[in-house]
Amino acid sequence: MGSETVKSRGGRSLRRLLDRESSLGIILMLPGALLLIIFMAYPFFLGIWLSLTDSVIGEMGDFIGFRNYTDLLGDSIFHQTARNTLIYALVTVPFKAMLGLGLAMVLSNRMRFSNPIRAAVMMPWIVPTALSTLGWFMILDPVFSPISWLLRSLGVIKQNINFLGDPILAISSVCLVNIWRGIPFFGITILAGLQAVPQELHEAAAIDGANAWHRFIHITIPTIRGVVLIAALLSIIWTFADFQLIYILTKGGPANTTHIFGTYAYQIGLSATDIGQGAAIALYMFPILAVFAILLLMYLRRD
Amino acid sequence: MAKVVLENISKMFGKVAAVKNCDLTVEDKEFVILVGPSGCGKSTALRMVAGLEEPTTGTIYIGDRAVNDLPPKDRDIAMVFQEYALYPHMSVYKNMAFALKLRKFPKEEIDQRVREASDILGIQDLLDRKPKQLSGGQRQRVAVGRAIVRKPAVFLFDEPLSNLDAKLRVQMRAELSKLHDRLQTTIIYVTHDQVEAMTMGTKIVVMKDALIQQIGTPLGVYNFPVNLFVAGFIGSPVMNFIPCRVLSKDGRLMIDAEAFQLPIPEKKAPYYQALAGSEAFFGIRPNDIYDRLFAPEHLKENAIRAVVDVIEPLGSEIHLNVTAGKHNLVAMVDTQTNVRMHQEIELAIDLNKMHLFEKNPPNLRIAAE
Amino acid sequence: MVGSETLGKRVLGIYLPLAFFIFFLLFPFYWMSLVSFKPTNDLFELKYNPFWLQTFTLENYLYLFQNTDFSEWLKNTLIISVVSTVLSLGCSILIGYALARLRFPGSNFLGVGIFLAYLVPPTLLFIPLSQVIAKLNLYNTYWALILTYPTQLIPFASWLLMGYFRTIPKEIEECAMADGCTRMQALVKIILPLSLPGMISAGIFCFTLCWNEFLYALIFMSSGPMKTIPVGTVSDLIKADTLFWGALMASAVLGSFPIAFLYSFFVKYYVEGLTAGAVKR
Ligand SMILES: Nc1ncnc2c1ncn2[C@@H]1O[C@H](COP(=O)(O)OP(=O)(O)OP(=O)(O)O)[C@@H](O)[C@H]1O
Ligand SMILES: [Mg+2]
Repeated sequence: MGSETVKSRGGRSLRRLLDRESSLGIILMLPGALLLIIFMAYPFFLGIWLSLTDSVIGEMGDFIGFRNYTDLLGDSIFHQTARNTLIYALVTVPFKAMLGLGLAMVLSNRMRFSNPIRAAVMMPWIVPTALSTLGWFMILDPVFSPISWLLRSLGVIKQNINFLGDPILAISSVCLVNIWRGIPFFGITILAGLQAVPQELHEAAAIDGANAWHRFIHITIPTIRGVVLIAALLSIIWTFADFQLIYILTKGGPANTTHIFGTYAYQIGLSATDIGQGAAIALYMFPILAVFAILLLMYLRRD
Repeated sequence: MAKVVLENISKMFGKVAAVKNCDLTVEDKEFVILVGPSGCGKSTALRMVAGLEEPTTGTIYIGDRAVNDLPPKDRDIAMVFQEYALYPHMSVYKNMAFALKLRKFPKEEIDQRVREASDILGIQDLLDRKPKQLSGGQRQRVAVGRAIVRKPAVFLFDEPLSNLDAKLRVQMRAELSKLHDRLQTTIIYVTHDQVEAMTMGTKIVVMKDALIQQIGTPLGVYNFPVNLFVAGFIGSPVMNFIPCRVLSKDGRLMIDAEAFQLPIPEKKAPYYQALAGSEAFFGIRPNDIYDRLFAPEHLKENAIRAVVDVIEPLGSEIHLNVTAGKHNLVAMVDTQTNVRMHQEIELAIDLNKMHLFEKNPPNLRIAAE
Repeated sequence: MVGSETLGKRVLGIYLPLAFFIFFLLFPFYWMSLVSFKPTNDLFELKYNPFWLQTFTLENYLYLFQNTDFSEWLKNTLIISVVSTVLSLGCSILIGYALARLRFPGSNFLGVGIFLAYLVPPTLLFIPLSQVIAKLNLYNTYWALILTYPTQLIPFASWLLMGYFRTIPKEIEECAMADGCTRMQALVKIILPLSLPGMISAGIFCFTLCWNEFLYALIFMSSGPMKTIPVGTVSDLIKADTLFWGALMASAVLGSFPIAFLYSFFVKYYVEGLTAGAVKR
């Protein structure tokens, strides 16, 4: 093709690779893709393999088929774990969404200091969860809880409440903290959705005689449905696969009543060194995560 | 400074052909206009010359080099885009100096060239501004300035005037023509505006549906369009086309359009003889139709009657939309013409300027000279 | 929103709920800071109102620096976060650019793949990943986290940057190439300066995530002085019997502060990034 004389073959062909879209595209993907392959894709398949073996830490085990999975089906703690995870991931979502919507509606009003206020209410989402959870750890402490102190001073209770020591209270508490952490995320996402609604729409509706409630139902809700759905799906996926919040507050206790997949896999796989079984616990999450991921993908690519 | 040759160039986007089997030679210092309707592949052709798209087949030469394998930066071309594509984060000066800096020109030379270009374009006072602070016309000048500081072998323009208002467009049109005169460089200029095509170029290339239809001088294409499409595309207002039948009557060849019959001039008759008895399109430009009252004497005998539907007085002339039988025509008539809507008028037709086109695609024009 | 409202209505409809949200969302931080400035003895004094400060002290913070590895943790967290952010940002710029601008075989498929990678949670992978890290001999080295964090950062950052790159007209870049840039030069000289806001959002996002990460740090950095702040605080300051509440809270406050500070500086970018398509974990 080229009628020029070719001088340095190597240098030129590299340059051509970098100039041509098809090869350049692949070259640019490479560094990131390599990291993702080594530290994400490979471990994923390794995990599948491990879950089919009786490996323990430091020792590759033998292939045992689906025994790890079937064993878990008969494990009552695993049943509890699965139940907890569903509660933790699903029951909290409506609360986060409603309170987030409320927060967004409040923040969407013109007011003084709106920027610092927005920044402040984002904090639960921004700061390291492990550290803010430590704050809650103390707030829910059987001895030092300020909640107990307040209720005691008011005469409502006689004895401190053991928030994290009682099974029902414990799961409620971790859900509460999770809701606390998730509200700002929903709030800010919905706020962005609200701000996409043109003000004229509200004004036109008001002129047409719609009251605040009608405007909320017929204008606000339809326009934010999409962002709420996306936020909810993401939130479900993340909460489902959470770890740190529960690890710090209860370590799965009392008596394994607050374990979720992540913490239980950690306990079995790493603390008890039974990696094969641990990997199987973690992989039980996969189908459910996949369903939500696909729902999300489908929603995002609907048009 | 360089000749550009496209040799059997095609470009496919998936299954869509944007350019098909294009052969084109742009001589050194020529101002070539690529013109055609939207989506016909003009930009794609230009972008292949620039090196922004790779041709699917064929070879492109700039100067004597085949440049298929060269990236844009090594092709010694400068390109001006429709949206100007000024670098928003750089001042006008930096925008213009950017290419020279990349080529490691000494500072003094960069400065001198930028000043020179900004003098030519009258943008000396804008050098410190950011593109955002410029009007459309000013941006346009900066985009041109950025191209000329380079002194490239070839200038490529992709509809550079289409975002300007009508007045500014007329002015810039003239300025670009002057610029070409002054720089004496090869220019390839894409537009879908046939006025730009007629007035600016030394050669025009008419494209349609990825194919080159005709290459020629502006007047050549205007007077001798190869087919119905080119005839309709070049010239404003658009040429009238009337389906008709060619008859041989009393030894004379006639146009029969049902509503009227017109004799074919003796000069042209031999060329059209083969068509006798068959159908064709009769083409006549609006400016070759006269109000019979004000027509030159020798044209008065070939007249038709028509009813006036719309009158558009433009000051220097009047455009009439008329109906003759079931055919609609546009006529450009003398300003003294005094007609009212729905009135009948007699129109004289200069049949020496008539064209005949084949009935079936590709609707070739029957050469008659 | 529409029409004029009376003050009473505004209080009921806006300020009251706002007060509730602020109280609920910020109380834990108030509590943490409060305790961090309290002498330990005051905590046990039942007659004191726990919601207020009787005596102010910095002893908890001093304790943190003198008797624990906090300064090491701080250094570790900082180094790991910065290096991992830079690495991820670099990879993401390239990926985002390739997906936004280049036509190459498999680009659609890779785009979806990157999006799905964004949804893969660490809990799904940590057990096999711990084996990989062990194989590579990376336990208790910075590399263990520097190399694994990008798997959580690159997908979102690429996605975000891709969106930014797409907003920049293609012609500007093509013009730069006609002006004499290679593609890479056009990326560096034209595209990157123009997408600075996007890079800031992506950078903040990455940095925050690195700083906050817990699970991988917990597993891969088990030796005392190699820990990061969240892991060090949780695992070294919570001793089963005696809890140094003051120091614990001081550590939590100090560990949160850089992020809160960074964030309040760049709220706009962060929120932009967050709403650009999605979100931090
Ligand atoms: N990157 C692309 N991918 C796919 N198809 C393309 C691409 N670029 C152009 N095309 C198609 O190629 C054809 C020619 O496009 P081109 O841009 O060259 O038209 P044009 O003559 O410049 O039109 P306009 O006057 O509207 O600018 C069109 O059908 C267009 O849809
Ligand atoms: Mg075009």
